[in-house]
Amino acid sequence: MRYSRMVTARAARKSRVIKARWALFGSIFLAASAAGGATVSVLAAASLTEAFRTIGKDFEAAHPGSKVEFNFAGSSTLARQIIEGAPADVFASADDENMKKVVDAGDVAGAPKPFVHNRLAIIVARGNPKRIEGLADLARPGLTISLAAPGVPVGRYAAEAFAKAKTPVPDASREADVNAVVMRVSMGEADAGIVYTTDVTAGRDTIEAVPIPEVQNVVASYPIAQLTGAPNASGARDFVAYVLSPAGQRVLASFGFLPP
Amino acid sequence: MIPTRERVPIAAAIVAALGAALFILPLLGLLWTAPWTDLGHVLFEPEALMAMRVSLVCSVAATAVSIVLGLPLAWIQARTSFPGRSLLRALTLLPVVLPPVVGGVALLSVFGRRGLLGQFLDPFGIRLPFTTAGAVLAETFVAMPFFVLSMEGVLGTLDRRLEDAARSLGANRWTVFRRITVPLVRPSLAAGAALCWARALGEFGATITFAGNFPGRTQTIPLAVYIELESRPEAAVALSLVLLAVSLTILVIMRGRWLETP
Amino acid sequence: MSLQARVRVRRDTFELDVELAVDAGETAAILGPNGSGKTTLLHALAGLIPLDEGRCTLDGIVMEDPAQGIAVPTEQRPVAVVFQNQLLFPHMSALDNVAFGLRCHGRPRAEARRIARGWLEGMGLGDRARARPGALSGGQAQRVALARALAVEPRLLLLDEPLAAVDVQGRAELRRNLRAHLGSFGGVRLLVTHDPLEAFALADRVIVLERGHVVQTGTPAAVTARPRSRWVADLAGVNLFRGRADGDRVALDGGGELIVPEAAAAGDVFATIHPRAIALLQVKPEGTPRNVWQGPIDEIDVEGPIARIRVGTVPPVVAEVTTAAVEALGLAPGKNVWVTIKATEIVLYPG
Repeated sequence: MRYSRMVTARAARKSRVIKARWALFGSIFLAASAAGGATVSVLAAASLTEAFRTIGKDFEAAHPGSKVEFNFAGSSTLARQIIEGAPADVFASADDENMKKVVDAGDVAGAPKPFVHNRLAIIVARGNPKRIEGLADLARPGLTISLAAPGVPVGRYAAEAFAKAKTPVPDASREADVNAVVMRVSMGEADAGIVYTTDVTAGRDTIEAVPIPEVQNVVASYPIAQLTGAPNASGARDFVAYVLSPAGQRVLASFGFLPP
Repeated sequence: MIPTRERVPIAAAIVAALGAALFILPLLGLLWTAPWTDLGHVLFEPEALMAMRVSLVCSVAATAVSIVLGLPLAWIQARTSFPGRSLLRALTLLPVVLPPVVGGVALLSVFGRRGLLGQFLDPFGIRLPFTTAGAVLAETFVAMPFFVLSMEGVLGTLDRRLEDAARSLGANRWTVFRRITVPLVRPSLAAGAALCWARALGEFGATITFAGNFPGRTQTIPLAVYIELESRPEAAVALSLVLLAVSLTILVIMRGRWLETP
Repeated sequence: MSLQARVRVRRDTFELDVELAVDAGETAAILGPNGSGKTTLLHALAGLIPLDEGRCTLDGIVMEDPAQGIAVPTEQRPVAVVFQNQLLFPHMSALDNVAFGLRCHGRPRAEARRIARGWLEGMGLGDRARARPGALSGGQAQRVALARALAVEPRLLLLDEPLAAVDVQGRAELRRNLRAHLGSFGGVRLLVTHDPLEAFALADRVIVLERGHVVQTGTPAAVTARPRSRWVADLAGVNLFRGRADGDRVALDGGGELIVPEAAAAGDVFATIHPRAIALLQVKPEGTPRNVWQGPIDEIDVEGPIARIRVGTVPPVVAEVTTAAVEALGLAPGKNVWVTIKATEIVLYPG
């Protein structure tokens, strides 16, 4: 007699717990959709990694209840993923070419807007042990060079810079994005590489930059755009606006990016 | 035992068809997107030829190293017992379950310029990352366990009595190994080597992490596919077809040999 | 030139403890049932199994002595083995099989093959030189295995059940062949078998092994005439008993008593009675036979015109009668019969 009463009491308790759990999930779900889908999914060029992470935190503070998720990779990789149908809200590319690919595929809502400029630099180990002075030195035999793949923006910009310097593009290991180039030089596996000036920020104690003269250097223009079919269209709009706003621009400038 | 042919139950057939589709459809998709008219043109471009040459050289070298190092290792693991043997066996199998990229990072930590051993090799100009030798090392790391695994099974179950007979006729252990053991395990050796070669050919993560993506030196077909995917997808698909054709050929020739129990 | 060996090998619950000495020019046979340890002994003499204790000396040179830490590896002993199932190398031709040992001993390939061919031709297998072991008949494979062993000119030749793998027809010829080749081999010859026929046909001396110990040695005839083990007795087809003799009685270990000719022997004895010397009667007999017992028939085993009948008397005996007699007497399992044995038919010898 007592046992069966225990069983029914336990069953009742269990069903109450289950109902409470569902109510909790339901309210979160509703709140999430009510807040305009609080997650903003941003695909951004690898060179924007640290700057955008900071912007993301500022954005979340300015828009309570929202969350920004990033996917950093080479712009060419991201362009392909968007064209193949990856669900995302915002695309920030390191060159116009890859943005054009996405626009041509009909995946951009509205018009892309340039939001920063960047410049190239030669990255070497701290102390510049191989005494690299300029682009021409990279062709020296015996040096191990790391460049981004030709389809990645910084890889293509590097080829332009070499052409401007009238020196051949050296044989190099090709990386999938600029962060990998930084990694190679930082670990000491490569003697030098071509990256953006923003990648050689102070605080990295293993690397330093060798500047490229203006006449050889390349101006990289970064466009940003909201994507069609964005799961969080309003969040996308807000994020793009934030990046272009004085607050966002201040952050970008602090990381070494040049104004658009 | 007389093999019985059972009638195929409908439900099982449907589920099995789904499973088969998982394997067949991606291959069909690859064939469908392939640039058939351009194929010869694309595959004979210098970058593609380079990638195929690097792949061939590295995978064959990695297989050779795996055989030379792996046979004695398999023999010792199969025939002797010593404290720590099971630990050694687990370690030789580790690359099979380890994510290849992790393997590449591990190799860098040892053979990288600032690595455990690399720091002593560097002053002598011996450098492994970004070299073809480095690519061979990365491929050997991931592929050798397959060879060791298949040889260990066969060496363990080999009829020792033939080896006893050889010894009774005056053969020392090396002669027994060379003239009796190895010829007797030759079919399994070929199968193990083929499996090892196929794995080495398809290796990506450890190679790109440790040896880098150096066209002409370390850029194998998988790496070329990865890089070309962004800029020239038709080249990527064409190269993928090459690997697909090679892998299928290996499988057909081996006809599941390494799946059979000795 | 001789083999002197004291072999003690322990395996789980089995212990092999054998001492033997065989001279060159002598063929000795280790005869014993399966599980008696004969193959273990052979492997130990070849050096394939280490001795736990003992000593093995060949031609005065110590091959193995665990107490002194001496253990010459198999490949360095002047010993060759003809294995049960031949163990020919399947991936080599017959010629290369025979040449194998020669090449291991340093002969260049051409010379080794020439010598090997000579051996094969001596065995009448010159035309099978190129054949793979799989293509040879049992008898041919056995001869190749023998040639392979003899080619390395060992001091000790060990043969493990040399006729076992051959079918009955081939066996007689192989036996003749083997006898001829063994006769011309100058070293020590030791064969191991469970078939007494094999032992008698090939050996000068038989060493009977049972459960790891030597129970009897002697010439084949002596061993079967006076078996000291049940197993040999069974094979020789005689009834064998053990007991204590006193006067004209022998008190048997298994129960029962035999009446024997007075003063035939005293003390511990073996007693053998040939099955044909045992008479079976339906009624209790009158007259002189003094060993008269009654018991049920346990088993009747008919082999052509002869029937062997196991009777559950005390002691139990096996009698041999004609099948006609079986019918005439209406013998069947379970039926009680009278058994009589003349005292003079019982052979006693010291146990």
